[in-house]
Amino acid sequence: MAEKLASRFGFYQGLIEVAATHPDVVVVDADLAKTTGSYAFEKAYPDRFIDVGIAEQNMIGFSAGLARSGLVPFCGSMAVFSAGRGFELIRNAVAYSSINVKIIGSHGGITAAGDGGSHQCIEDIAIMRALPNMVVLSPCDSEQARKLAHLMYGYKGPMYLRTSREPVEAVTTQYDEILIGKAQKLRSGKDVCIIATGMMTPLAVQAAKELAAEGVESTLLNIHTIKPLDEEEILKESMACQGRVLVCEEANDMGGLTDAVARVLVGKPVQFDFVSVHDRFGQSGATEELLHAYGITSDHIAEKAKALVQKGCL
Amino acid sequence: METNLAEKARQIRKDVLAMVLEAGSGHLGGSFSATDILVALYYHQMRLFPDPNDPRRDRFVLSKGHAAPALYAILADKGYVDKKELHRLRRLGSLFQGHPDTAKCPGLDCTTGSLGQGLSVAGGLAYGLRYQHADAKVYVLTGDGELDEGICWEAFMSSANFKLDNLTIIIDRNGLQLSKPTEELMKLENLHAKLEAFGLAVDEIDGHDFEAIVSALDKQYEGKPHVIIAHTVKGKGVSFMEHEVAWHGGIPKGEQIDRAYAELGGRMNG
Repeated sequence: MAEKLASRFGFYQGLIEVAATHPDVVVVDADLAKTTGSYAFEKAYPDRFIDVGIAEQNMIGFSAGLARSGLVPFCGSMAVFSAGRGFELIRNAVAYSSINVKIIGSHGGITAAGDGGSHQCIEDIAIMRALPNMVVLSPCDSEQARKLAHLMYGYKGPMYLRTSREPVEAVTTQYDEILIGKAQKLRSGKDVCIIATGMMTPLAVQAAKELAAEGVESTLLNIHTIKPLDEEEILKESMACQGRVLVCEEANDMGGLTDAVARVLVGKPVQFDFVSVHDRFGQSGATEELLHAYGITSDHIAEKAKALVQKGCL
Repeated sequence: METNLAEKARQIRKDVLAMVLEAGSGHLGGSFSATDILVALYYHQMRLFPDPNDPRRDRFVLSKGHAAPALYAILADKGYVDKKELHRLRRLGSLFQGHPDTAKCPGLDCTTGSLGQGLSVAGGLAYGLRYQHADAKVYVLTGDGELDEGICWEAFMSSANFKLDNLTIIIDRNGLQLSKPTEELMKLENLHAKLEAFGLAVDEIDGHDFEAIVSALDKQYEGKPHVIIAHTVKGKGVSFMEHEVAWHGGIPKGEQIDRAYAELGGRMNG
């Protein structure tokens, strides 16, 4: 079995690689370097690491200034604080004039675990999606986060990337080719199309194996780019699975990937369901306990997928 | 020099009045209090080039974005934007949005309008320029009411912490915010002592005295960002607007318009 790694660490590994050949890359943090994973960058490039203290609004504004000076800042905190506390700065100082600032939100979803609901960001996807000019990324494992760091540098404009606290089994490899805005097909089937993002993708991979053992063949699309969404691929694969679609995300479905996919399927003959945190705040608990309590395990994915298949096609 | 600057300021104020009248909305009081400072920056202090994107240029951030008409009048006068645009303030598709947007208007160094943000962005800009060994300076003009925003104090703290001595922060201390005097609404004093305690080098001047503005702008303090508290008059230049909160966003009508133009030295430019 492959070693389990958290995407929050993989991302900064990738950024260290990018920085080696791109001297304009700088990292801005708000006294959470050990938590977000950016301490690895600080260690590699101490003079390119800026800590503004526990001041996420200033972190975003300051980063906008760095970008305006010609640098390429990657700034981050836990998603609750970078996307949440920093929101209006992200809106007006970054997204509005399309400034080249990359924002990282670590600890996305409820798997921030022990820290409780105050630290578990379920709304970052929704609020970042709602900003014009903003690209929203959500890697499924550490390797994909590493790769996205490279792609983010190559894209000029505002981006938000969500990472997870929890180590997950790698479901992608360094040989996978990914492109911003393109869905990644991890599995091909005909019975149901599972569309997953972030750490739900490894769970969906597991669910798809269980489903296959029971004779249900699923397509699995990993959505590392929630915005712009690969609408064409989603529509095509959904229809190829007789319109049975299951969306999986560790976030509020309201405004999240669920809503984003639903938009694509409006007016189409589909059976649609989703596995998500729903419209509820998180709470403290062990990761496994939380996943069960909020109904977002691989078993939940498999059950809902089977239920869609049993409903038959329209 | 002072005479020229005063003459330029009178012309800019007239343009501002005409723009806001034509638009039917806009912020005259805060534009007029800031005009002399802006004129001193753009016609004396800042290193500028015909190309508004020249990387060697000094940068300016209008954190009090609602004073945009005064800045727009200057950008048009400098030739960065066609003068025709002066007639299109706040119009659909205009370069001159209600508040500055760099994505639309050339010659701007920062998008503002949401109060408090400019100080934060200016800090990053100053840090980034220094990091890249550019000798350009960053000037930011903030309102006083704006300092109610917590992010201003985050920005003061970080600017001092990072020893940004290529950053000059000018506070347009007109004493009035939208609905009330600052000292009645949310007490700022002792502002000078607060800023010094935050580690900034502070000077206080009359923000309508060009000699004082210019000599304050020339000062530099090694290892410290420089703050200039510029005592100004909201509505400066039009007597019935001066010191009146009503002229934060008020628009003159009828004979008020004639009086305003008369006090600014005649109707329209030239």
